[in-house]
Amino acid sequence: MKAVVNVFLKEGVLDPQGKAAAHALGSLGFKGVNEVRIGKQIVIDLDATSKEEALKEVEQMSETLLANTVIEDYTIEIKE
Amino acid sequence: MNKKAVVLRFPGTNCEFDSEYALKKLGWNVEIVWHKEEVLPKCDLVVVPGGFSYGDYLRSGSIARFAPIMKAVESYANEGGYVLGICNGFQILTEAGLLPGALKRNNNLHFISKMQHIKVVNNDNKFLQNCKIDEILNIPVAHADGNYYIDDAGLEELKKNNQILARYCNENGEPMVLNGSVEQIAGVCNKTKNVFGLMPHPERAIEEILSSIDGVKMLEGLSA
Repeated sequence: MKAVVNVFLKEGVLDPQGKAAAHALGSLGFKGVNEVRIGKQIVIDLDATSKEEALKEVEQMSETLLANTVIEDYTIEIKE
Repeated sequence: MNKKAVVLRFPGTNCEFDSEYALKKLGWNVEIVWHKEEVLPKCDLVVVPGGFSYGDYLRSGSIARFAPIMKAVESYANEGGYVLGICNGFQILTEAGLLPGALKRNNNLHFISKMQHIKVVNNDNKFLQNCKIDEILNIPVAHADGNYYIDDAGLEELKKNNQILARYCNENGEPMVLNGSVEQIAGVCNKTKNVFGLMPHPERAIEEILSSIDGVKMLEGLSA
């Protein structure tokens, strides 16, 4: 089973990398870019008997290590 | 008997010898302890030094905080032992939840390495007891992830309990934006004032030849 974890800075926490990228896009002539947020995607290949079990496990991984919930939010997608 | 300090070392740590040198100069016995140790030697201070533990992979400090020695450091801190985290050490201590807040990428995305003035905010703690409130110190910084973040409720808590140690300022003591930190915060302590973390490097400001000796005043507080 594969789990895809997306980690992003929380809404309201300034994302300096996103801001720089948005600025660069503007300089390149791309119009109408309101905001860019840069996060990371973590793909985990894991043994699990069910999607539910995998989700529970990856939730724990995210809370413990993969995201710092002081500044980051995360989403999890489980793929068979 | 001289007091004893333990300086931790993770793969990627690079300030353990500077820290050892500075502490020895101030009369400490120093032992450098590898991160795989599970037992902390009996000591009066633990220093989590600067560097790039585990290559800053995932987030600065996020992997080091699970190193075997950190369990012992957490117990030590929870029992009132004194812990000082400098730079990457500060990041590790916030990741471990021993200090509030988190350190993000600098707002200008640069690695900032220079002499920097900071202004003492609170001195009712062991670390900064030799400094005056509003005193301006000149201490070097060298970091990419020093942008201190804490939410509004957390910031109020810090203020209420005198947990803010110092803020970045210019040479006249006026606030200056160095890296985007909330209210220019350069360092904080925990509520019980036995765990300290700061981005500037006091251990690199201990001799005139290093262009400042203001670090001595800070570190001596811990010796007292």
